[in-house]
Amino acid sequence: MPTFLREVHMKRHNLLDILFRNITRLSAFAVLLLLVAIIVSLVIGSIPSIKSFGFKFLTSAEWNPVMEEFGALIPIIGTLATSAIALLIAIPVSFGIALFLTELSPRWLRRPLGIAIELLAGIPSIIYGMWGLFVFAPLFADHVQPWLIEELGPLPIFGPLFQGIPMGIGMLTAGIILAIMVIPFIASVMRDVFEVVPTLLKESAYGLGATTWEVMWHVVLPYTKIGVAGGIMLGLGRALGETMAVTFVIGNAHELSASLLMPGNSISSALANEFNEAVGELYTSALIELGLILFLITFIVLSLARYMLYMLTKREGSTT
Amino acid sequence: MNKSTLLFCSISLVTSLLAASNAFAAGITGAGATFPYPIYAKWADTYKTQTGISVNYQSIGSGGGIKQIIAKTVNFGASDMPLKPETLEENGLMQFPAVMGGVVPVINIPGVAVGQLKLDGKVLADIFLGKITKWNDPALRALNPGAKLPNKTIIVVHRSDGSGTTFIFTNYLSKVSPEWKSAVGEGTAVSWKTGTGGKGNEGVASYVQRIKNSIGYVEYAYALQNKMTYAQLKNNDGQFVKPNDASFKAAATNADWEKTPGFYELLTNEPGKESWPITGATFILMHKEQDKSERAKEALKFFDWAYSNGGEMAEALDYVPMPEKVQQLVRAAWKAQIKDNKGKAIWK
Repeated sequence: MPTFLREVHMKRHNLLDILFRNITRLSAFAVLLLLVAIIVSLVIGSIPSIKSFGFKFLTSAEWNPVMEEFGALIPIIGTLATSAIALLIAIPVSFGIALFLTELSPRWLRRPLGIAIELLAGIPSIIYGMWGLFVFAPLFADHVQPWLIEELGPLPIFGPLFQGIPMGIGMLTAGIILAIMVIPFIASVMRDVFEVVPTLLKESAYGLGATTWEVMWHVVLPYTKIGVAGGIMLGLGRALGETMAVTFVIGNAHELSASLLMPGNSISSALANEFNEAVGELYTSALIELGLILFLITFIVLSLARYMLYMLTKREGSTT
Repeated sequence: MNKSTLLFCSISLVTSLLAASNAFAAGITGAGATFPYPIYAKWADTYKTQTGISVNYQSIGSGGGIKQIIAKTVNFGASDMPLKPETLEENGLMQFPAVMGGVVPVINIPGVAVGQLKLDGKVLADIFLGKITKWNDPALRALNPGAKLPNKTIIVVHRSDGSGTTFIFTNYLSKVSPEWKSAVGEGTAVSWKTGTGGKGNEGVASYVQRIKNSIGYVEYAYALQNKMTYAQLKNNDGQFVKPNDASFKAAATNADWEKTPGFYELLTNEPGKESWPITGATFILMHKEQDKSERAKEALKFFDWAYSNGGEMAEALDYVPMPEKVQQLVRAAWKAQIKDNKGKAIWK
């Protein structure tokens, strides 16, 4: 091929390349722009509320639309508590699922089980909410909650968490439903990362006489901890923002109670419930500020997680 | 994060789309309260087949309806809570009642049948204040001698979303209990002292059906359709009444519509032997001065038609049509108040 022809060819390639690069850049910046736009509109929307309540908004448990007194303490606690319960249940269960699927399950069972878990992740959240309210809550109220109240209620420190009336709905129920919802996410990420652990490493450990547990705990988990933490964060992200399923079972009461069996409220379910019929500027503004707070909570949690992982890898680098 | 911001964005998107589509759509447009949506939709459908004129009603909630009519993006707004005469004046609006319904206390106590439990306003207020906490409280036993009331904690269920139903209910409690008035007050959403919140009438209905020893309040239609156990209430005349079409109508007839400016009439705690004490109308809002007088006339024609021909449809859906007397007053108010931009009455 003559030289000049090749140059023309190259030029055309370059042009395409530049075009392609700019399109991808545009897409990336569009996301950033959208994020900024959302934050700005949330902040503008919450200005009336920020002006009249200030920092008291974060610590006040008052939520009185008649007197126009608003505080975010109850929804914040509800959001954090339900997500914490969800993770407390979901992490060990997901670990068990992933461990069984990668190490212990017979080969023929792996695919159907894996598909079942992925299907569970695909169920719309409102279905979980309805199932929670119509099926789970009555069973929970009749068979589990009375036992919790009688056996755990009188205990000294944890007791107050389990006192109250067996209603079936409440913070604990919301946490359990959330746990069921995030298990497939965490479990499938854990399974995927466990699978990439080199067989060589595991077999060496087995060769030295390690038990399955020891291989999991000392070889697989340290090798995959970033991925595992990522999966947990994914689950936490979903739990923090989940709306419909929580709305069905949390009880939607702006009431501060030590007991997990009593109704509470979460930020997203307060928004879903009250935004439509919020009358007056201050009420709407207080709800938008709730949205802003949820945004910040998610941001802080995700940043903390990133930081933790960063420190983890850094320390590792210095010891080896 | 994702869900709530998404919700916020989609709500604003929907509202703006709504505003845009309403401005360009043919026919009559209205927006507002969710409670009367089934009957407005039924009326609109029948009206369209009879006259060919379409009425497009969006049930976006009373708060949204008020905002939309003030912004003039719709021909009429709808609200479960009547606006105060001052507010109407301020925004150049007039309002009239379209259809009525009743709010009934529903209970789920094993062994207590439909209409068996008797309550009065004060006891009901005390239950919702969290002052009466057991079903066998002396106050309840005094009202229900001989009834088997269990020694169980009362579980209160209320609305979690803002609602005209809540407004009617809390307005009644404010009238009968000074303590309720000072501690909670009235509104579409209030600061509840106790209990669990369900979203929508269906949310409260399903909570009450599923939680034993609970009490809640729903629109009559929901209580009827879900075959729920309702309670009797002692009315202003000291009579125990059951909720039904007759007792709602009695409340509406006994109300003094003529003397109330702007139809600001709340049908709670009305006098009359047969009046159901928690009755309420749902309202239509229109601008007094109309730039597009043709549209306004069409809207008034629709409601005139609904008054004359829509009664049976309303009853079939468990609403209560406005009494003839009130309809005449409303028609007179249209004539007197709604004018085109030259000051001429639109309704003749």
